[in-house]
Amino acid sequence: MIRIEPREMPSKWWTIGIPIISAFIAILLAAIPLSLADANILEAYRQMANGIFGSTFAFTEMLTRATPLIFTGLAATIAFRAKLWNIGAEGQLYLGAMAAVAVGTGLIDAPAFILIPIILLAGALSGAIGMAAPTYLKTRFGADEVVTTLLLNFIVIIFLQMMLEGPLKDPMGMGWPQSEPIVDNGVLPQLLPRMRMHAGLIIALLTAGLVHLFLSKSIWGFKIRAVGENPSAALHAGINVKRTFMGAAVVSGAIAGLAGVSEVAGLRGYLTTDLSPGFGYTGIVVAMLAGLSPIGVVISAIFIASIFVGADTMSRAIGVSSYLADLVVALSLICVLIGGFIARYKFIRTNKGNV
Amino acid sequence: MMKSIRVLSLENISKRFGSVVANNSVNIDLYQGEVLALLGENGAGKTTLMNMLFGHYIPDSGSIEILGNKGQMEPLILGHPQASLDAGIGMVHQHFTLAENLSVLDNILLGSEKIWAWRHNRSNARDKISKIMNRTGLSAPLDEEVGKLTVGERQRVEILKALYQEVKILVLDEPTAVLTPQEADTLFENVSAMTKDGLSVIFISHKLREVLSFSNRIAVLRHGKKVGEIPTSEANERVIARMMVGEDTIENPRKKMKIGSPVLQLNGVSSKGDSTRTSLKRTNLTIHKHEIVGVAGVSGNGQSLLAKLISGLAEPDSGELLIDGKNIKYFSPQEMQSLGVGRIPEDRHHDGVIGAMSVAENLIIERLHDEDVNNKGFLQNKNIRKNAKTLIEKYDIRGPGIDANAALLSGGNIQKLILARVFECMPNVILANQPTRGLDLGAANEVARRLLEARTRGAGILLISEDLDEILELSDRIMVIHDGSLTEAINVSREAIGLMMAGEKA
Repeated sequence: MIRIEPREMPSKWWTIGIPIISAFIAILLAAIPLSLADANILEAYRQMANGIFGSTFAFTEMLTRATPLIFTGLAATIAFRAKLWNIGAEGQLYLGAMAAVAVGTGLIDAPAFILIPIILLAGALSGAIGMAAPTYLKTRFGADEVVTTLLLNFIVIIFLQMMLEGPLKDPMGMGWPQSEPIVDNGVLPQLLPRMRMHAGLIIALLTAGLVHLFLSKSIWGFKIRAVGENPSAALHAGINVKRTFMGAAVVSGAIAGLAGVSEVAGLRGYLTTDLSPGFGYTGIVVAMLAGLSPIGVVISAIFIASIFVGADTMSRAIGVSSYLADLVVALSLICVLIGGFIARYKFIRTNKGNV
Repeated sequence: MMKSIRVLSLENISKRFGSVVANNSVNIDLYQGEVLALLGENGAGKTTLMNMLFGHYIPDSGSIEILGNKGQMEPLILGHPQASLDAGIGMVHQHFTLAENLSVLDNILLGSEKIWAWRHNRSNARDKISKIMNRTGLSAPLDEEVGKLTVGERQRVEILKALYQEVKILVLDEPTAVLTPQEADTLFENVSAMTKDGLSVIFISHKLREVLSFSNRIAVLRHGKKVGEIPTSEANERVIARMMVGEDTIENPRKKMKIGSPVLQLNGVSSKGDSTRTSLKRTNLTIHKHEIVGVAGVSGNGQSLLAKLISGLAEPDSGELLIDGKNIKYFSPQEMQSLGVGRIPEDRHHDGVIGAMSVAENLIIERLHDEDVNNKGFLQNKNIRKNAKTLIEKYDIRGPGIDANAALLSGGNIQKLILARVFECMPNVILANQPTRGLDLGAANEVARRLLEARTRGAGILLISEDLDEILELSDRIMVIHDGSLTEAINVSREAIGLMMAGEKA
């Protein structure tokens, strides 16, 4: 018989090592569905690696895919640290994108160094409002933010469809429900010639650095951690719990909004309802894989983007479904959760009593 | 007393947690019909020992034997709570283990009734429980949800639950912490009566007075080892205290002091709070400089709300609250802190510390806006660590270090951490709510010493406690709270206050 007892102090190496080991195990486990699909497993892995590291283009494509995931992962990280369950990053992403399109398609005529900050600000503000509203309902009336933020995603998508059929519709779009393109001065610059990788990545990395700095070193971050870990002790100690929730909500929403700005002003150029293939939801996985560490978010976003981009290449090359990527992401999350359990508990073999 | 029949025997029990030795070759025997008191400071290993008896932990070495049905000592299967339950061992834990959203009746039946039974025979169970209640004098509202009960009532439910399961050996882990003296005496009388029917009791307590008056035999643990065992008839407070601490305890010197101006005044304060159970009714209370006012009472009579008001967590519906003569209009913990109110919360784990944050961080959590902690919105880690090192030294907070999570500290050290945080701010008003509950002698003396020191310095202290000995020892004046009303005790005898706590005129 095996007994499970908590470890006193989970080792630091385990907390860093386990996500990495879990990721590898998840990729290895992907061999099972691959072999079920009658694919040559080694060839599949080779194609996958090829899709990530095969060329400069492949590599930058992967980083381009990671960019929105860094934003949404950070959004989830901040909110989850305060135990504020923001499931609405997807909606906040679209709110950010809508605001970017609203101010960036000709409303304001300004040089790039003025217009781009305005677009970023508008997107962040819009996303912030998208998270502030459900958080107000939580602090004022006790409405469960899991439900409200999740449902708001659908409301935002429908609102977006309405806008794209109405005020934001591109008159030159041949009837397609899409917005006008962002004006040239509002487009985030590309980082390398002929590659789609754009300045959004730089902004994402800067944001990760700032979030790390603020969460670990600032009073604001201290309050967020305190409220997340023990709200009643935080309240007793004189921390304004509601205001702290609101602060976390605003920043979380703002960063999710930036994901939308980055996608629309950096990559697509115009807004459609398929701007995000669930970046908001994947951001939650990114944050959990990273153990809610802002620096870890960057790494786990790159890992998940690699899986997606690699699986795309693999499916094109050897003809297996690209849904395999979702499978690997899900497997790695499960592996990390199991790994975290192993890190926190020890397993002791016991001999049964002799009766 | 039938001292001849041995019912339980712990042999050479050892248990380590990592580097900490919780129990070191402990030998304890228990005889039928006796009350064995298990004494020791916090962290001495009492609870660990009992958890092994109950199957929650497995000893690293040693064995446990228990009297079987055939009258023979049989080895107990270790690490199986069910085996311990079947052997007739019942435990009332220090931290209650009740399901808050179930009724008292359901909680008592939980574990002894089959989950998938076709239907529960409630009326039989009810009869059996009311018989137990009649026999023991323990009472609890059977149909009330446990979540709505006071701490004291919950404990009665725990004891009833154990008795319902017809235990042969009952372990009581600090049972009287939440009872009135009269209730405690009744409990002891009835448990004593039940020991005559053959029940054996292991009684864990910090209160020497109870141990001396109630037990037949005393075993003392220190640092995981049994350091002494004597018949109660040969023991006195001094002997036991010396065994527990390993040295003579120091009495707190207490001088008479002239009181100063009022620092805290409640004038006709009424408040409903957020629960419907107890509200405060037209409360008048004045605390002066150089004064400790004790509030005695059974838990659930409005103490929590009184404490919440002074902590800034609740507002009065009518009446006024003055601090240093200033009428408070806006109630929040920040406001109270800035006015110089230091608060020692009742539930130190829940409201006092943030377990997942470090000792150093917990020490500054009430001072986030002070300049040495907060520089333009950023934490001054150097100062925070220096502050922590100083305070750990000064208040003798023992644990794995300043960067370790506060959750790793023992209860006594968590309380010292809170004391350090509160007293370093030099508060004018101190709210000490159950400041020594669950603490060992050494830590409790430390709390008392700090409170007296603050009184000498000129603070006014409101001491809320269910431990009447503590109130009698520390207070300059005593108020009794019953059903939301505060009354000053003129006659400060134990009996008179006990009657007032039960709501009778003394």
